[in-house]
Amino acid sequence: MMTATAAASPKGQRRDGPTRPGRGGTRRRRSAGPLFIAPFMALFLLLFLAPLGYAAYLSLFQEKLIGGSTFVGLDNYVTALKDPLFLKGIGRVALFFLIQVPVMLLLALFFALALDSGLLRLARVIRLGIFVPYAVPSVIATLMWGYLYGPDFGPFAQISRHLHLPAPHFLSDSWMLGSLANIVTWEFVGYNMIILYAALRTIPAELYEAAAMDGAGAWRIAWSIKLPALRPALTLTLLFSVIGSFQLFNEPKLLMSVAPDVISSSYTANLYAYSVAFISQQTNYAATVSFILGLVIVIVSYAFLLTANRRRTS
Amino acid sequence: MTTVTPAHSPASTGKRPPAEARTRRRSSARRRSTPLTIAMLAVLAYFLLPLFWLLIASTKSTQDLFNSFGLWFSHAPQLLSNIKATFTQDDGVYGRWLLNTVLYAGVSALGAALLAAAAGYGFAKYRFRGHGAAFNLILGAIMIPTTALAIPTYLLFAKAGLVNTPWAVILPSLISPFGLYLMRIYAEDAIPDSLIEAARMDGAGELRIFLTIALRLLAPGLVTVILFTLVATWNNYFLPLIMLNDPNLYPITVGLSSWAAQAQNGGAGASSDMLALVVTGSLISIIPLVLAFLLLQRYWQSGLATGGVKQ
Repeated sequence: MMTATAAASPKGQRRDGPTRPGRGGTRRRRSAGPLFIAPFMALFLLLFLAPLGYAAYLSLFQEKLIGGSTFVGLDNYVTALKDPLFLKGIGRVALFFLIQVPVMLLLALFFALALDSGLLRLARVIRLGIFVPYAVPSVIATLMWGYLYGPDFGPFAQISRHLHLPAPHFLSDSWMLGSLANIVTWEFVGYNMIILYAALRTIPAELYEAAAMDGAGAWRIAWSIKLPALRPALTLTLLFSVIGSFQLFNEPKLLMSVAPDVISSSYTANLYAYSVAFISQQTNYAATVSFILGLVIVIVSYAFLLTANRRRTS
Repeated sequence: MTTVTPAHSPASTGKRPPAEARTRRRSSARRRSTPLTIAMLAVLAYFLLPLFWLLIASTKSTQDLFNSFGLWFSHAPQLLSNIKATFTQDDGVYGRWLLNTVLYAGVSALGAALLAAAAGYGFAKYRFRGHGAAFNLILGAIMIPTTALAIPTYLLFAKAGLVNTPWAVILPSLISPFGLYLMRIYAEDAIPDSLIEAARMDGAGELRIFLTIALRLLAPGLVTVILFTLVATWNNYFLPLIMLNDPNLYPITVGLSSWAAQAQNGGAGASSDMLALVVTGSLISIIPLVLAFLLLQRYWQSGLATGGVKQ
């Protein structure tokens, strides 16, 4: 991702060649570029940077009973960084990230390699079937899984009761994070698989032929040709997974009504931001929490991009 | 790494003749692995299980949802009356939610794709002051999570009086940094400079070149961005949840979750009829997107290939 501009610039120079001759249109042409970008940029400033700036501004104030809004400097940040509820929420999504994302991406990688290997029958049906959950809203995915998890009437409980086995407690405290991870994995494995699969399809067939000529087997080809070629796509999927995990909201929010004793209003960092803003109505503190959460995500994403880039250049 | 070209983009079709791709497929077709196929079919079963449950469940009454086996039909299938009940509950509010969703997602997706296409084209085909800085700024924004932005946006919109209007949901969805990234890469490959140059020689203005030539060549990329923004806004829950409090403005996700909450509160399960409506409403609402993906798969898969490879 970070190298995108670097990759484009040598081409850009070549492109500038024919455009340069100073016929009358040059000035108009140079100003046309920014004009194409202007609408996007204007909304971007208004809807991305302005809210960020506003959150940063709000986070420096506190609503006092007497005297209204007062400037308090970094007090809110100090409070948030000592707030056990917030820290626990961040810790929980970090744990979720460390468990769920490797499982999901390894599965996606395995499925993509299996589909690309040409060894499968019904490959098209399998590929689309795995991808379909992506088109299902997370609200509906959670409602479905919430019912399937049900300790009394869910089919898994029904089957285990039929077999005289103890019903699995998917919605209990110790299982909940795993149950959430299962829902998120179900939703996004297919999406990640498709990105990886699409990248695999672009590897030129000559590479395989040359490798086969040199005596490389299927595993060797997968390891030495396919995996290196997948690195940009893997970086992309990893980046999206960081963002997705740390802002986990929909699934716990909806399971909250099924398992209110297990999922509190501070179960994830984002759920906490929501409840601070809309239940306890602490606008300034909610802005602080959102701001720190965004910062955490940017830092983690950036750390991953840096390691991915360094490995590529070394 | 950076030189791998997307297989389906117009620029690279010349490099790998279709015949060659066909040999690759044919040579691999000789040996198929039955164990791997069986393993993958088991995987497929896992992914289709909840959808199968939904299909079965929407033929049941709320009582049967609790009293019959979850993965098979009950004795009295009643899909049609469930559908009818879904659309008539609360003066037909479900139909409104569907229309709202179509409106929000449609406007957002088309708008986001057009903005991303214009800007991506601008970045791909023009060099100007601040070119790199502006692009990097937007790329960096891919990392800013939309839900972390949602609360500040809400506070800002509350000040501007936009809360509880359709704009509150549509406006934030119009900006797709990832869409812009995809469109730029796509435009670099798909639109030959010589074509732009030729159009200029013929006296076409820059805007006209974009509208009549570039947009057409960008079509597969556009379909990708439209579809993925469509899914993102169709499935959006957090943003409309905080922005809207009038049930008549809800999209399907917020509406269904409010019904689900009612079903939960409506006594110990079987006494409330809401659950069957939630289930049937869920089934109806996922059909359009699933169909869109199935019908347009050719386009979005090639569009994704571009984004996942070229970096």
